Amino acid sequence: MALTDIVLQQLVNGLVLGSFYALVALGYTMVFGVVKLLNFAHGEVYMVGGFAGFIVLSLVSGTLGSGWSGVAVSMVLAMIGVGFLGVLIQKIAYQPMLSAPRLSILITALAVSLVLQNAVLGLTGGRYVPFGADLGFGGVNLGNLFISYNQFILVGTAGVLMLSLELFISRTQYGRAMRAVSIDKDMCRLMGIDVNRVIAVTFFLGSGLAAAAGTMAGAYYGSLWYFMGFLIGLKAFTAAVIGGIGSIPGAMLGGLILGLLESFGTQIPGIGSAWKDVFSFSILILVLVFKPTGLLGRSEQERM
Amino acid sequence: MALLSLSAVTLTFAGNTVLNEVSFNVAERSVTSLIGPNGAGKTSLFNSITGFYKPQQGSIRFDGTELLKLKPHQVTKAGIARTFQNVRLFREMTVLENVMSGAHCRTSAGAFAAILRTPAQRREEEEIRARARQHLEFVGVWAEQGRIATTLAYGHQRRVEIARALATEPKLLLLDEPAAGLNPTEKHDLVQLIRRIRDEMGIAVLLIEHDMGLVMQISENISVLDHGEIIAEGTPKQIQSDHTVIEAYLGRDDGEAFLDE
Repeated sequence: MALTDIVLQQLVNGLVLGSFYALVALGYTMVFGVVKLLNFAHGEVYMVGGFAGFIVLSLVSGTLGSGWSGVAVSMVLAMIGVGFLGVLIQKIAYQPMLSAPRLSILITALAVSLVLQNAVLGLTGGRYVPFGADLGFGGVNLGNLFISYNQFILVGTAGVLMLSLELFISRTQYGRAMRAVSIDKDMCRLMGIDVNRVIAVTFFLGSGLAAAAGTMAGAYYGSLWYFMGFLIGLKAFTAAVIGGIGSIPGAMLGGLILGLLESFGTQIPGIGSAWKDVFSFSILILVLVFKPTGLLGRSEQERM
Repeated sequence: MALLSLSAVTLTFAGNTVLNEVSFNVAERSVTSLIGPNGAGKTSLFNSITGFYKPQQGSIRFDGTELLKLKPHQVTKAGIARTFQNVRLFREMTVLENVMSGAHCRTSAGAFAAILRTPAQRREEEEIRARARQHLEFVGVWAEQGRIATTLAYGHQRRVEIARALATEPKLLLLDEPAAGLNPTEKHDLVQLIRRIRDEMGIAVLLIEHDMGLVMQISENISVLDHGEIIAEGTPKQIQSDHTVIEAYLGRDDGEAFLDE
């Protein structure tokens, strides 16, 4: 393969990987924006989203088949279901802790993560579960470069979801309320904004996007595992920090950058794919050292 | 009948009595001022009305509703808006967006309608934008609608804050030291603005203010709060000649300021 082919192929791989990272990173950054919580259970929400998609797919595959239409319906229903799961987690686990010291709620998030992981471990017995989608292997050849239709659809879907989120945030009353809540909660209450409701909507959207990523990952990679949320949780967190945590365009950018850097990183001589995690976390450290607020983040000035 | 009616409101923090059996009324379409030395409990009274503090005793009735049971966002929905001593606009949002966020409690499109961007939600969004424009024109800062709110001159930020409060469509507007940090011209404009809010929009105004000239000029009624108790009430003339009031201000740093006016 020529060098340009390698570059293009890794570009495609990076975009696919980056789409997953970006979708999950959005949940991190939105929740951090409104409640200043690093929701370390978010990777597990992605994992549960994958399983929710799997369950819906096995129910609808009889009528819709297990092709793209079946997967699309599974994804949408999984997003709604897991969105409500996110709201439930917020109400049960985080709401009572909002006025507690920051460390308590962080530990609560770790506990939620363990609960979800172990629940799925118990249900699946720790085995890999085949997702059961049948998307075919078609694609287009561009010279030596091969791009599957699945890759197109996956990146396209992620793009549509992110664009919709951006429109929601910038163009609707609820989106504006969400930004306002991330700036000054008390002021929002005086504007008649039901802050708890806005927080619930934020968790719904963040969890829904993670579920979309989980379902797509299941369909794309072919299997699910109770531990699949752990690493992507850390990676998405890294992406959110690279982009600037709290910034929504930052999470999208950070996800894509991380995905691309990882794909290209595997091609550097001496750094095989076994080292790609080391590579991404080194980038995290570099960003924290040289631009602690992230690429699009703002410096936070605490009011006295 | 009074629009806002406080009766025997008592608020304590860890054994300290901040408000002691405070009773007073604000009439519809009136301008009422709440004055008193620093630390008298004026801002605590505002926080009690808006639902941020929960007084242990008493009752706060507004337009037929008991406010003590309500959460802050419900109080706003009932028709009370406020501004702050130190202007608190949403940083990083434009002037227009700040005012539009004030209309949130008057919208009916829910979160799902917003996610799906239904035609009804889009229409409502346009209405909110149009009303926000009216409010910004009313306070005279429409020309700066696209700028980030916190980059405006201080006097203009105050006007944006007032526009944002008006966007909640209140029947009563609470202004916490609206003249603080304004120059004489801006103070003059503020007096005009408060009168227009009352006369043209029919909104009652309750203000906390230290600038006695402004208070005497604009108020129909004045209540004086000292050590958490109402020590005098009346028209500007009555207050100026009230001995308890003068005593409350004398012997304090701002006593002379009061007598100067």
